[in-house]
Amino acid sequence: MFPANFEYVRSHSTDEAFAALQQHGSEARVLAGGQSLIPAMRYRLARPAVLVDINPIKELSYLHEKDGFLVIGATTRDAALEFDQNILARYSLITAVSRVVADPIVRHMGTVVGSICHNDPSGDWTATALASRATMIVRGKDGTREISIDDFLVDSFTTAIEEGEMAIEVRIPIPDAHTQGSYQKIERKVGDYATCAAAVQLSMNVDGTIRQAGVAITAVGHIAMRVTAAEAMLVGQRPSLELCKAAAAEAPKIASPNADQRGSAEYKKDMARVLVGRGLQESLLRLGVSL
Amino acid sequence: MSQISLNINGKTTTADVENRTLLVHFIREQAKLTGTHVGCDSSSCGVCTVLLDGNPVKSCTVFAIMAEGHEIKTVESLAPGGVLHPIQQAFWDQHGLQCGYCTPGMMMTSIALLEQNPNPSEHEIREGLSGNLCRCTGYNNIVKAVQQAATAMSTQAADD
Repeated sequence: MFPANFEYVRSHSTDEAFAALQQHGSEARVLAGGQSLIPAMRYRLARPAVLVDINPIKELSYLHEKDGFLVIGATTRDAALEFDQNILARYSLITAVSRVVADPIVRHMGTVVGSICHNDPSGDWTATALASRATMIVRGKDGTREISIDDFLVDSFTTAIEEGEMAIEVRIPIPDAHTQGSYQKIERKVGDYATCAAAVQLSMNVDGTIRQAGVAITAVGHIAMRVTAAEAMLVGQRPSLELCKAAAAEAPKIASPNADQRGSAEYKKDMARVLVGRGLQESLLRLGVSL
Repeated sequence: MSQISLNINGKTTTADVENRTLLVHFIREQAKLTGTHVGCDSSSCGVCTVLLDGNPVKSCTVFAIMAEGHEIKTVESLAPGGVLHPIQQAFWDQHGLQCGYCTPGMMMTSIALLEQNPNPSEHEIREGLSGNLCRCTGYNNIVKAVQQAATAMSTQAADD
């Protein structure tokens, strides 16, 4: 399977890439790690006339904390997060997801920002971005703008990025000492699309009630989804097994999975419930809360 | 068409190819290095794994043109002068191959894995190789081979 041919533009700076995207408009696609785009091109599901390669842009390869956020540049590889000591120590949700995205080889090329921009219905990073309340930074004609992840993820393979624009980075709020998360994923084999997955992050108040809850599910609908009802049910409450079960029961209500070789729709819906429940319980365990 | 030059195993190969040429095809057809195999054609199996600046990548999921300016290492680089690399010796000794089709990819991934983690547990080896499939299902001996290579390479490093 060979992709259709394309015009190749190598960019060495964000300005160069942006100029190329402005010039070629809807004909052009950004090529970051390519681990979703290249397979899609091979299957002829994508056929961009122009690829703007941003891999050589050194100024977009970064992973650091700034102004209360973990900021991840557009060419930062998944593997950079997986092996980062600060992330291992303080970001339990990110650590968990960074070990189950695709497979270990793919993680050396694949990028976090690219995966969010691809917005696959089975994306792991999209669900993680929802649960951790991330913000995307997009460069457009009038400078850069910030887009909340909820507004950024529009539909399957569709984001709020407009023609000629490009994503620069994703910002994830730094979890405080009373925040923990969990990523739960069922996959048939490493590297396969998830059968179902859930991203959870909980922040506690000093009085032992839940201050903030992030709950998202993926691979069970046209897009990764925030389980708003579960979050609302959790916030302000004291954690209990009953509360976890009740919140988890909200997940299948918004799931609309397709039956495929990975399982029936009923099975996947029930796994959304099970995985959200496990994610909540694991987050609480990490917070030292006994149920 | 673009003229591209790639540094493969320290040697530069220059050729006129279409932009859509995948790295694995450039390695096999332009550089004539056929040790790197094509398996699933869908970035699942890892038999096409090569090292790009020391990191394992699936060369069926990288355009050749993206690799310009980077260092590519294939299985052919492992035994200069015919002396087997410790990972090759270990796959031989432990019978870490049956049909051998996945072996080049397995070895390139293993080398990167041992570079990152010189003393991996069995679990870490299995996890590290989880992007490489062996359709003969000969995983146990592959794991033993990586364990042998880890010991051999750390002894070698201590001697150096």
